[in-house]
Amino acid sequence: MSKAKDVKKVKVTVDHHLEEGVLRKVTVDADIEGKNEKGKIDFAALRSGGFIKQRQKDKFTVRLKCPGGRMSIDKLKVAAQAAEKYGDKFVHFSVRQSLEIPTVDYRNFDGIMQMLETVEQGIASCGPRVRVPTACGGCEYNPNGITDTQRMAQESTDRFFGARTNHKFKISWSGCPHDCIKTAGADLGFQGGVYPVWDEPKCTGCTICASACQEDAIHAHPETGKPIFDAEQCIYCDDCVRACPTLAWQEGKKGHIVRIGGKAGRHPLLATIVAQFVSDEEAHTIIDTTIKWYQNAGKGKGRTRLGVILREEGMMDSYMKTLEEAIGPEKLVSNPPVPQKIVIHPQRNPL
Amino acid sequence: MSQEADLKISEFLDICEEVCPMSFILTKKKLDSLEDGQVLEVLCQAGESLRSISIQMKDEGHLIKSVKREDENHFRIQILKGGGEG
Repeated sequence: MSKAKDVKKVKVTVDHHLEEGVLRKVTVDADIEGKNEKGKIDFAALRSGGFIKQRQKDKFTVRLKCPGGRMSIDKLKVAAQAAEKYGDKFVHFSVRQSLEIPTVDYRNFDGIMQMLETVEQGIASCGPRVRVPTACGGCEYNPNGITDTQRMAQESTDRFFGARTNHKFKISWSGCPHDCIKTAGADLGFQGGVYPVWDEPKCTGCTICASACQEDAIHAHPETGKPIFDAEQCIYCDDCVRACPTLAWQEGKKGHIVRIGGKAGRHPLLATIVAQFVSDEEAHTIIDTTIKWYQNAGKGKGRTRLGVILREEGMMDSYMKTLEEAIGPEKLVSNPPVPQKIVIHPQRNPL
Repeated sequence: MSQEADLKISEFLDICEEVCPMSFILTKKKLDSLEDGQVLEVLCQAGESLRSISIQMKDEGHLIKSVKREDENHFRIQILKGGGEG
């Protein structure tokens, strides 16, 4: 407080939507706690976003980077201390699994960042760029989990987080067809799936699989009890494989079901499936390819989401062609529909 | 459908009125009171309950020896304690 005279008050507007080139030049003098001289805040450090302007003057919400919604205990402890010191009396869990520390004065950005850096806790992103991927618990401990969503969320964060795109770009990982993380509403979503295969000699006709299947994809033969499989009904949940006591049902194809072009917001879009049973490495290739295609297809279109671009004439074909060049044709869905509109608001009657 | 119809049943449990997680906990508790190689017979509802029990028992290292349909909505399953791979 005693240093107030030394601090040059500069009125700045921090718009996290500004282009990096502009933002990078902005510095302000500020009173930084624990230092006897006035310090400078370099807003270049904020260029990937994660500091979100609040209604309250000078106050920002600091969004922490928590890939897949996971946070180690040591980071959580420091985050709690940081919130206590610089924030209000609470934290907030964002819709996309990030721990947020609301009501931080921008003059304390340096302090809070230094504190979080002691445990290598990064800041998340906001604005037109690749956001922190979300994920369910995955196969590590969730009984339904098929894919290792937590590892994939971490890896995709390491590889793609913060990349500039036309608009926000959200990646999500669900471990199974329950799709708890809602990949059907993500720009790019990966959901674990298994295509089951049946080995007749091992089957005792116990009918467990027919009971375990919730999709009417397996019926027990009335005499032998052996399964009659209707592949059309199968949603790749792996229940038959996990329930089978004799290992007659086994995992045939296993991997990620890939959804693209979904979004929430005022005008939601339902993602469309473009590939099935892709490997972990292919998933990363798809992310890379999709970001590049989006950056290219979005040129001159401003803040437009991927799904909106895919709905334009010829764009879905263009995307599928690019995807085929990247991972080959085997796992691609032929002629997928464009992302569909989900109407959530009242429809206005024409006058 | 199963050839194991003559298994000696050591314990019986009716979980038709139970929902997750009690259906699992009660089954597990009952199995805990048995020795390896003994058989628990469980009466449960068709659908989610049967699906969960069959998957959970495998995860826990037991073996489902037989499944019999009691009526339209109920199944009788026989679980061999410690008989699975888990």
